[in-house]
Amino acid sequence: MPNNLFIYPFLLGILIMLVIIAKRFSKWFIGLSKIDKIRVWKKLRTKNTIYSIREALLEGLLHHKIFKKNPVLGYMHMSLAFGWFLLIVVGHIETIYYYGSISFPFYMPVFFRYFVTGHEFYLSRFFAIIMDFLLLMVLSGVTLAYLKRFLKQPFGMKKTTRLKPGDKIALTSLWCIFPLRFMAESVSAGIHHNGSFLTQTSGNLIEHILPLNAIHTPIWFAYSTALGFFFVALPFSRYMHIPTEIFFIFLKNSGIKLKKHVNTYSQVQVFSCSRCGICLDSCQLNDAGIRNTQSVYVLKKIRDKKLTDEELFNCLLCGKCQHDCPVDIELNNLRITQRIESTLQYNSSYDYLKETKAEKADIVYFAGCMTHLTPAIKKSMVQIFDHAKLNYWFMDEDKAPCCGRPLMQAGQYDAAEKLILNNQKKILDSEAKTLVVSCPICYKVFNEDYSLPGIEVKHHSEYLLELINASKIEVSPLQQTVIYHDPCELGRGSGIYEQPRELLQHTNTLIKIKNEKEKSYCCGGSLANIKIQMDERYKIKDKAVENYRSYNPDILATSCPLCKKTFARDGKLAVHDISELIWMAIEKNEMEKLELNEQLAKVTNPEQFWELEEVPIQD
Amino acid sequence: MNKFGFTTQESRAIDYGQFDDRLLSYVQHHEPTFLICMSCGACTATCSAGNLIDFNIRRLSLLIRRGEILQLSNEIDKCMLCGKCTLVCPRGINTRNVIMLIKKGISQIKQSENQN
Amino acid sequence: MNTQKTIVTIGAGIAGIESSVALSKLGYRVILVEKDKTIGGKINNYYHLFPNNRPAVDIKNYMDEQCRIHDLTIYKNTEINKVQKKGERFSVTTSNDDILKADALLVATGFEYFNGMQKEEYGYKIYDNVITSIDLEEKLRSGKQITTAQGKEPKRIAFVHCVGSRDEKSGNHYCSRLCCITGVKQAMELNSRFPNSLVYCFYIDLRMYSMEYESLYRSAQEKFGIQFIRGKVSEVSENKEGTLQIKAEDTLSGRPLRMEMDLVVLLVGMVPGQGTEKMKSVAALESNSHGFLESNDWQLHKNSSSQPGIFLTGACNGPMSIDETMEHARSAAFEVHTYLQNHSKHE
Repeated sequence: MPNNLFIYPFLLGILIMLVIIAKRFSKWFIGLSKIDKIRVWKKLRTKNTIYSIREALLEGLLHHKIFKKNPVLGYMHMSLAFGWFLLIVVGHIETIYYYGSISFPFYMPVFFRYFVTGHEFYLSRFFAIIMDFLLLMVLSGVTLAYLKRFLKQPFGMKKTTRLKPGDKIALTSLWCIFPLRFMAESVSAGIHHNGSFLTQTSGNLIEHILPLNAIHTPIWFAYSTALGFFFVALPFSRYMHIPTEIFFIFLKNSGIKLKKHVNTYSQVQVFSCSRCGICLDSCQLNDAGIRNTQSVYVLKKIRDKKLTDEELFNCLLCGKCQHDCPVDIELNNLRITQRIESTLQYNSSYDYLKETKAEKADIVYFAGCMTHLTPAIKKSMVQIFDHAKLNYWFMDEDKAPCCGRPLMQAGQYDAAEKLILNNQKKILDSEAKTLVVSCPICYKVFNEDYSLPGIEVKHHSEYLLELINASKIEVSPLQQTVIYHDPCELGRGSGIYEQPRELLQHTNTLIKIKNEKEKSYCCGGSLANIKIQMDERYKIKDKAVENYRSYNPDILATSCPLCKKTFARDGKLAVHDISELIWMAIEKNEMEKLELNEQLAKVTNPEQFWELEEVPIQD
Repeated sequence: MNKFGFTTQESRAIDYGQFDDRLLSYVQHHEPTFLICMSCGACTATCSAGNLIDFNIRRLSLLIRRGEILQLSNEIDKCMLCGKCTLVCPRGINTRNVIMLIKKGISQIKQSENQN
Repeated sequence: MNTQKTIVTIGAGIAGIESSVALSKLGYRVILVEKDKTIGGKINNYYHLFPNNRPAVDIKNYMDEQCRIHDLTIYKNTEINKVQKKGERFSVTTSNDDILKADALLVATGFEYFNGMQKEEYGYKIYDNVITSIDLEEKLRSGKQITTAQGKEPKRIAFVHCVGSRDEKSGNHYCSRLCCITGVKQAMELNSRFPNSLVYCFYIDLRMYSMEYESLYRSAQEKFGIQFIRGKVSEVSENKEGTLQIKAEDTLSGRPLRMEMDLVVLLVGMVPGQGTEKMKSVAALESNSHGFLESNDWQLHKNSSSQPGIFLTGACNGPMSIDETMEHARSAAFEVHTYLQNHSKHE
């Protein structure tokens, strides 16, 4: 075999790969809206690019988010990706040193040890050590990957994802690349003595067993072939996520958001999924025995165009996987856009909706459909409004259209828009400054999809805190321990974690628990899941309640009527909405004031005032 | 109105001998829970849409069973999917899935009839 | 021959007392263990009994008298903490650390009322004018004046059937059987107190299990003008003046219905009692899918539990009326007797 023919599998492979990727990227870019394209161009010339490069390095190579979640899995991904990356970088520097210039064939660094024989240039031994070290690092990653296929436990993963043919070719060739490179460099080291602690040692060993000169070129050919196969298979395998993720990071950092319909940006996100499977671990559908609808599977099904409604709609949209996703894919919105696409044919027009008159008030209170089934919340809020002497209008006291969020979660975006317009007009007509909402599901849509200029949208947990801080209401401590359950749409969905906790600290002792805030449970009642059966919902709830009960709280507090209703079915744990607790605390405060006044009234001799101090008074 | 191959009948008597079971078998296949309805009417009572307009969600499951696709297609678009019915249903019927399936089923039936 | 045999009965409600009395008549030694400070159980809460409007105190007096005549040993304020079987005999540890030896156990731990607060949409303990059938019975029994929370005479009264029964959302799929007739009885009682009032019963299906119940239903319609509306109430809300608005569907006309009410009475169902729950763990008794203690043989040995030597009587076995409970109690006594007879033959 002529000396340099063996490089052709590599050359051909990388060429094919680059052409395919370039074609795909340009197709995706062209598919973006005009505004988004301009956005990308403009941002490309700012500091933003540096951030994106940094993020691409951190995420694409170091996988620091996977690291945080699972160090062993993180190391595996890092040693492979970052190790390989450094091999390329250091390899290039080494070649530059050798040539003394940057003009050399681009494949040179890849096959450096084949062409450059002996330690004959400045720092050559130093480079050899570094390269051997990096190779060792990559090999350790490969070993872990082997182990991961066979033993899943150390990686903390309940299960890994299934493979298709493109993946199998890519995976097999990837597994071969580094052992072959190690072999090839060892053989070269055996002949030329240009290796270091790793390759030289093994090279010297092989020298005694195998005819080095005879296998020298074939083994380098094998290495080149493995590379070639990997590159050709890459665009058709899960490894397409590597270039796509970098592309995605640039688009994302330009401020592009998912639209309400499927476009190329959603495709970019779909292809950015590395199928690491982290989304499987936190998914509570596991508790209900539902194991085929998690994000990683759905994204795969979208890529393969095999997604059914049964899978698409069997998701609580709780957002846990989105929070955990190392690639930052907008998993919730991505699923919603798919739902929009799938239900496009049958959106309702709601022609029957009439414009009804709004009442003028400072505050509009929208309890929400669900809250009408949890009257304790509704009544507490009304009592608090009255107690604080606020000028409010209870917009849906009798009847009002739904807020539109459940329709959106079901993908009926055009239909939701109709309800939104009707409610929106009424709210604006009221000339209020504040819209107080009791249901987090409503809160999210009022905040994100309504156009309410000059009106502040507040969930009651935020609003009640403001009332306390402004001394509009006074509360006394209730002396019970509580766990606060973050509702999905309020917590992960809207980022409201601190206000409810601050509010509860005015009245109760808050127990800190492991699964709170971003890691909070879903109650299982979510409206977003259209396919789940009741008994499956209860399994999810039971698991959460079991965990909450292990902390032995007096009360489970929440701020969502749906969560409350779901948890209350259990009967084993006292469940209250935050507004109920505040009203109880206000009532207690009133009682205490009354008692104090009565005692003061009884006192006739001024000296008796001193005795009063002994009466325990809580404030 | 007669797009679906229906003609208005003079008699009010329903002929169960030959009713249109296309929607029934479709919904039943994907969401069999709708069959366990005991017609208590709690869903209709609580319904947010029923608060605003004449809409009886309980009757939908009856209409599917009777094959009244035309009536269904006039009614189904009134639902707002707010989920209150699911929360009050004493039989645990997944009402929202039933609604979505009826919508999809009807749109598929319409499509296939337009093609013919 | 029978005198040396001892039976421990757990629960001194009407089922426990009646079966203990019967066993005592058969010559056995019976020890009754009751967790409360009084005997009689739920009978103490009732005013008049359906279907014949007999004062519940009659039954209560009969029970007290029987206990006295047969000189039953009763441990009040006592619970069962442990049940062990040694050979053919049972050793029962009470909460007072007494150890009772017994040849057979009779479980008469009864039922509990469904907690109305669990159906939050009905507003029990949230709206002052929403009460349960148990609250109403107590008001009737105590002879106090029945008014709304605002002190007015109730003009429009609604009875809500199936609260916590036939309801997947409450976790109870079964029918409690007796709420329908309770509703009819109480509706008639309220209407006779307030002849100008309008009383409505909102039902899914009216289940009148006995011949007399059906007659009562008929006279409720005929003589008292009680309105029966077929539709489950979905929710109750409060108006500014403290009156209530209820929502249901009038399923027979197929239209949603809203009504203003002065008083709403929730007909709460029957759920396994705390004692029944405890027996499941203490004596390893099996329960059915509804949480009540399971009979060993549904048709032939209704009173036998899943454990040999332990027998069931009364509503721990499932919802039942007072007359049914009495029959059940006597058959339990006979079942125990047969068991002990066979048992002594083997010895």
